[in-house]
Formats: sequence, C-alpha cells, structure tokens
Amino acid sequence: MHHVIIGAGPAGVVAAETLRKADPSAKITILGKEKEPPYSRMAIPYKLKGKIEEEGMYLRHDTEHFKALDIDIRQVNVDKINSDSKTVDLSDGSQQGYDKLLIATGATPLTPPVKGMELPGVHKSWTMDDMRGIESLATKGAKVVQIGAGFIACTNMEGIVARGVELTIVEMEDRMVPRMMDEIAGNMIKDWCIDQGVNVLTNGMVTSIEESSNGASRYQVTVKQKGAVAAAEPVAEAKESGGILSAIKDALFGGGSAVPETAPVSDEVKLDADLVIVATGVRANTGFLEGTDIAVDQGILINENMETSVADIYAAGDCAQGKDFSTGQQEVHAIQPVAVEHGRFAAQNMLGRSVENPGSLNMNVLDAVGLISCSYGLWMGVEGGDSVKVVEKDMWRYLNLQFDGDVLVGSTAIGTAQHMGAMRGLIQMRVNLGEWKSILMEEPTRVMEAYLALTQSTVIK
Amino acid sequence: MQKSLLIDADKCTGCLQCEMACSVSAEGSFNPSKSRIKIFPFHDEGVFVPYTCTQCDEAWCLHACPVEAIQLNKETGAKEVINDLCVGCKVCTISCPFGTINYNADSGKVIKCDLCGGDPECAKACPTDAITYVDANWTGYDKMKASAAKAIPGQPAS
Repeated sequence: MHHVIIGAGPAGVVAAETLRKADPSAKITILGKEKEPPYSRMAIPYKLKGKIEEEGMYLRHDTEHFKALDIDIRQVNVDKINSDSKTVDLSDGSQQGYDKLLIATGATPLTPPVKGMELPGVHKSWTMDDMRGIESLATKGAKVVQIGAGFIACTNMEGIVARGVELTIVEMEDRMVPRMMDEIAGNMIKDWCIDQGVNVLTNGMVTSIEESSNGASRYQVTVKQKGAVAAAEPVAEAKESGGILSAIKDALFGGGSAVPETAPVSDEVKLDADLVIVATGVRANTGFLEGTDIAVDQGILINENMETSVADIYAAGDCAQGKDFSTGQQEVHAIQPVAVEHGRFAAQNMLGRSVENPGSLNMNVLDAVGLISCSYGLWMGVEGGDSVKVVEKDMWRYLNLQFDGDVLVGSTAIGTAQHMGAMRGLIQMRVNLGEWKSILMEEPTRVMEAYLALTQSTVIK
Repeated sequence: MQKSLLIDADKCTGCLQCEMACSVSAEGSFNPSKSRIKIFPFHDEGVFVPYTCTQCDEAWCLHACPVEAIQLNKETGAKEVINDLCVGCKVCTISCPFGTINYNADSGKVIKCDLCGGDPECAKACPTDAITYVDANWTGYDKMKASAAKAIPGQPAS
C-alpha cells in the first residue's frame, strides 16, 4: 500500500503520522513544494517578535523524526493528478503512483488587484520566505502599511509592532477581523489597537502602491475611504479613539468638533511606507485540479469520510471544504485545529476504516497586540435564537453568547484567556442548558459554572 | 500503574490550599490566578468544585499545538507544556473542550496541570482529601472522561 500525500503542512503531516502508527509496513510519501522541513505558518508572528528561531516554527523538532517513521518527504510540486492511472505528474518531469492519495495543499494568500503589488518591498505574510522578507524590512522606525485586518493580519501585528515599526492597518470593512468578530468586538479590537499606537483605517481600500519621491519613505500607498470624510491629517486623526468614525458621524449628524473647519473633504489618504504587508485572506489551492473529476467549490468538496468525488482521493485542511459542525453544510475552515482533525480523519479512512467526521467547529483565538479574543461556531447567531451580551468597554471586556433553544451554538469573548475551551465543550456536546439557560441570560459570565454543573456530574451531584 | 488525581467535591471546603501549593510550585508565587487547579464555588448550593486537567486520552491540546510544544510524559501520562517550544499562540486553549489549559500573559506561554511530574502538590496540600492521587482505574475520572469523549465528537483514535 502506498499512501501519497500532497502538502507538508499540519494536515498532511498528521495524516502521515496517523497512517504510520496504524500501518508499520505501508509506503508513505509526502510531496511538499517548500524547501524547509514541515513548519507552521501560525508561528510566523512569534518569529517576527523574536520569541523563537526558525527551527521553533517546525512542526516536529526531532531532525530524524520523519526518517525514523519511514515517511519520505520530497520537495517537488504536483502539476496534475491522473486518477485513471492513479498517478500524479511532478514538476521534475517524473510521475508518482499511489494507492491512496490525500490532497492537503493548503491555501494561498490572495493578491488584491492593486497597482504596485509586484514591488520588492511588498510582501505577503504566509511562507517562511515571506517572513524573511518582512524581517529584513521591518526594522526599527520603518514605516509599515499592512493591507487587511483579518485573522492573519491581526495576529501578525504583535510581531511587527514588537520590531519597533510605525504600523498602519488598512481594512476594507467597517471593523477589524470582520469574519470572526461582530461589530462591537471588531470595533473594540480596533480601539485597542489605536490605543497601542497602531494607526487603523477601516472602510479603506488601497488603490495603489508607488515608488515615493518625497524622501520620507520608499513607497507611497494611496487609500480610498468608502464614504468617509477624512480630515487633513487622516493618520493623526485615526490615532484618536474612533477618530474616523466620529468624523463620519459628525458629517452625517451635523456635529463638527472632530473635523477642523479647514479640512478638505477628501476620500483619499496617502501613506508613507518602507514595507507593505498584504494579508487580505487566502484561497484554497485547487488550481491544479482543473480538468479532473474532483469536485471543487470554495475548496475541494469532501464527504464525512474525507473522500473527494473521485475514488481513493481524499482531501484535508485548508484546501478542503468539509462538513461544518454547526450548520451541517460544507465549509472551508482554514484553521489549525481543523487541519489536524482533518488529517487524522483522512488517515483513518485511507486505512479502510470508515470513520465519519461529525463536522468541524469554526473557532478562532486572536491576540491583537495584547488584547485576547476568541469566537466559536455561530457567533453571529441563528434566526429565532436568543442571545445575551456583556460589554465592558472601559475594561476591554466583551462576552456574547448565542443560543438555539437552550443549546449554546456560538460565542465571542474578549479580554479573558481563562477556561475558554469550556465554551467549545458546551457547543460541541450540544448540552441542553435547561435552567442554566435563564441563569446565563441574566449572568452570561457564569458560563464556566454552567459548564461544570452540566457536564461534570461525577463531581457535582 | 499510572496514577491520576481523584477529586471528591463533597470534601472540598474551598480553602484554596491546592491553588496556593500549585502556583508556588509551578510559578514561585502564591498566586491562585496562576494555579493549574481551580476551585469553583457554587454559593447557592454551598459546594466547592476543584477542577483541573484529566490528562484525557484525546489530548485535544496536544494535537492542536502547531509547534509540538505539548508532549506526553510516558511515565505519568501527563500532557506537559514544553516552555521552550510554546510560542503562546493559544490554539490549545480554545481546542480543549474542558477549558483546562490557559494562557499566562506574564510568561507568554500556556499553562496546564502536569501532575508535578508524578507528585502533585495540590493533593499533598489538601487538608480534607478532596484531592488525592491514586491508581488511575479507581478514580471515576475514567467514567468522566468516557462520558465527555462520547459526547464530544471529533477525535478518532490516533
């Protein structure tokens, strides 16, 4: 039996290890395109911060680990899958046969259609090479513009800010992390970042990056602000809590103290930059599947047994679109814990054991320059469901619980890092909260007590 | 024979000696907020519930870690945080469905019960035997772990 795995990220590596544990004699090959040993993209911010060396980013630290497990890792790109002959075409011109094939090709960062993306000081924040590029330019005092305030962008901030740069974040939506945080949470994180000295321009779209001639920096970044009324010094304005927002409000409602009388009405902002970081989301790596019978939507469509639409071909991790625990629909969950779960489920099924994935739970934890937040499942709520929230802006704390009947189905928390996992427990066990539902509607912060009372019945009688 | 913590909430008086012993042993300071074991008071019922990691077989935290910073101690069965490797990404803290691995902002690392290498301070400090360290198959933890594992889908055998 020869298991071939395309991709050396967490999903591929965990699948290979799980296969080896169950089948000591199978042949296992990982085809990865990067030159480094398997590493974690998640660790990039911590390398930027100087907390670890590059080796600290490796998925496995024993240099003999894969050799000892007889897992062959080859640095080669896969050009094409030939499911009829059960082979893959490799970039070195050779072919590789397989009995079972796992596609764990991950994702690629998006390139916004902006002039200047090809300039040498413009970097994505995804691979080890990207990280090295950022490191070389994000030096003390450097002016850095980061496009995007999503999860990866926000996690990055800590590492970049720690390098002593002047950072400006430009986000198209009205708040930070719009795809994992509601309006209150996204704006609380924004205000926090501004307090930490990060310039944040929301509702902003970068329209061009050009070589600068003003001598102040290497590049000039032009930002258009959707419907915003910008003051003469928009960056300085943004430093005040809610600066841009209050300017908009004042413009709409006739206030005026925040907008100097002399300020021109302009929707264009020019930013100086020595380095531009592009973190505007990722897309599943499925391009090489064109022309095959493998069904692709946002990602590679897989069933509960992690199988694609073609026999003996499985998919896992960021490239896969599998069952969502909360909705039952097929979704791409490009997150570390799901990659690992997928890898383990895929391996079980490749071994011929039918092990169904009950669905992966969407979850994220974020440390935005020191403010910790997390969201789970249907944090945006469900139709007809109850919800409760506690907002403590002065304490930088927020908790939002979303219920479907008496079951917790989603949550958002800011400002705490204690016992967060219990919310996963309640959601994923689909615990009927019973009388605790009304207690939580009154006092949502008692969620850990509810968890203990309802799930640890052997300790609480 | 591996041992595990046996917790009997009926015997807990909420004295917090376990939290003190844990934090001083693990962090060098008497600081319950740094303790790996927590006492949760249920004031209406007059009950105190000591709660910590059960060293579950599913090891959600260990598997979720992107940099292999949580490893199995084969002697004690504990899943231990390797401080030199932990980058502080916190993915384990949201992955553990028991809520028993937490982030320590002072160190920038996560913390969880490691059974003190096989001689847990909390059990030694407990004056009422609400926390004892006994042969694993006595504890009722197996029952607790089994019920939790059954209810939480998502982890096939590794």
